Amino acid sequence: MMRLLQIEATKLFLNRTTRLLIACYFILISLIALIAAIKVEIGPIKFQLAKQGIFNFPYIWHFNTYIVGLMKIFFAIIIVAMASSEYNYKTLKQNLIDGLSKKEVLYSKVYTMIAFILASTLFTFIISLILGFSFSDYTELGIVFSEMEYFLAYAVKLFAFFSMCLFLGIWIKRAAFALGFLIVWQMIEGISFGLMKWKLSNIIPSLSAEQVFAFFPLNAMSNLIKEPLTRLSGVQNIANQVGESIDKDYGLDWGSVLIALLWAGIFLALTYRLLQKRDL
Amino acid sequence: MENTTPPILQLHRLDKKYGKIHAVNALSLTIEKGNVYGLLGPNGSGKSTTLGMVLNVINPSSGSFSWYGGSLDVHQALKRIGAIIERPNFYPYMTAAQNLKLVCRIKQCHFDEIEPALKLVGLWERRDSKFSTFSLGMKQRLAIASALVNQPELLILDEPANGLDPEGIHHIRELIGTIAQRGTTVLLASHLLDEVEKVCSHLIVLKNGVKYFEGEVAELTNTHGYFKLATANNSALISALKKMKLFSNITSQNGFVLAYPERPVAPETLNEKLATQQLFLSTLDYKNPSLEEQFLSLTQNTPQP
Repeated sequence: MMRLLQIEATKLFLNRTTRLLIACYFILISLIALIAAIKVEIGPIKFQLAKQGIFNFPYIWHFNTYIVGLMKIFFAIIIVAMASSEYNYKTLKQNLIDGLSKKEVLYSKVYTMIAFILASTLFTFIISLILGFSFSDYTELGIVFSEMEYFLAYAVKLFAFFSMCLFLGIWIKRAAFALGFLIVWQMIEGISFGLMKWKLSNIIPSLSAEQVFAFFPLNAMSNLIKEPLTRLSGVQNIANQVGESIDKDYGLDWGSVLIALLWAGIFLALTYRLLQKRDL
Repeated sequence: MENTTPPILQLHRLDKKYGKIHAVNALSLTIEKGNVYGLLGPNGSGKSTTLGMVLNVINPSSGSFSWYGGSLDVHQALKRIGAIIERPNFYPYMTAAQNLKLVCRIKQCHFDEIEPALKLVGLWERRDSKFSTFSLGMKQRLAIASALVNQPELLILDEPANGLDPEGIHHIRELIGTIAQRGTTVLLASHLLDEVEKVCSHLIVLKNGVKYFEGEVAELTNTHGYFKLATANNSALISALKKMKLFSNITSQNGFVLAYPERPVAPETLNEKLATQQLFLSTLDYKNPSLEEQFLSLTQNTPQP
């Protein structure tokens, strides 16, 4: 395993663009701390975002994994490029001739993915811990280390998303087109959700659009960590005042975890199949 | 138990179809240790496809091949050989040395061999230059160096001189000669006859994916030659030659008669024999065919099974 990781790390870190993207990603994660510095002062109203409870334990785990999760696209670029460049440089062919098996090719990419997910999760955890201890109203250990399942959700979310990116990179062989396809895919999911909402109840009355939509890959990934903003007490108060009540389950939905992992499995299996079947 | 060492590589009725095109047709081959093989055939004869299949990058349609008698997985066996195919493929953003280190990691061999390999191909001074800055000739030489870092038991070269200038071609051929003299088994695929003739001891001739010949180069070139003859009456000449029962094949071509003897025949003897039958030759030419002529006559005949 270390050999495969070392091979892939050599390919990644000797490339200046990749190095830059990786650095960007981790810098962006750290920038989340800057939210703490947001202060609005309009006359008598003094407003500091960090004091509004977003950095309260355990809410911070939810908030930060969600925000950091949005930056996964940076990493997606690296994953797609790492897959498609092997075709562009024809180095996949050379690697196989040099004695890497097709399984090892896949494993080396997946191990690298997992290593980055672990690094990213750990990094997010540390940043959040520091921010939490600086701003949280509660610092009892029992509260600090509650709701840790958001990190599991975060890791699964990245794993499923990167598996999809790896598949697209290998399948389409061109980084730009693969990323373009990802955007198109997002739109397809959105449009089909709209269509289902419109027509599905007419066709199959017992099935709701949301139920079907939960099985779509990108939506399953986004369901893993639900948006945290409406969970803030301030936001909920405002909603109550305008007569809306938000009652949403913000916890981890194990069904979504299962669906996301299933998709990850499908994408990796398809990637392996492509590697096996294709003549180079 | 048999105690003979298995051949390095064995192909058994290996077959590859691309749609309607039959690129490689039931090809069986054996590569034994210590020989220098030439895989000869015109462009598009299936050489690269054959090599691609045994090198794990092209899936055969049917048939099989085995490395070291099947005792090793394909990718394990490939770590023990060296191969360069058509075009050198490396990571353009890495230097020559970094690329070779990566190859070493894949092949699980020592970094110690990188220096002698780079020195052999004359790229040691350029080891810290990026691959993207190399000329085609240098890229090709780096490919050879990368095929040598694991001290391979078999070196596979596919059209190594393709696209090079005369100086580059000369350099590459010298290199192949040096490597072959060290006792490394070599399989050299080429459409250039003189390239194969100069370095190879064994020959495999391929055309349209079919094997036409497999054997030693000496078998092909050390024939009894042929006679190119002409008289006023060629049909009488042909019947006279047939009666002698000395020739395996007699053909007529552009007003000349070509006769291929079964065993050595001296031109004087032939001339004397024909003169006694009142056949006086206007042309008597004894020729030893070049590999090229042999190649052409081979590929016009029926293929070997």
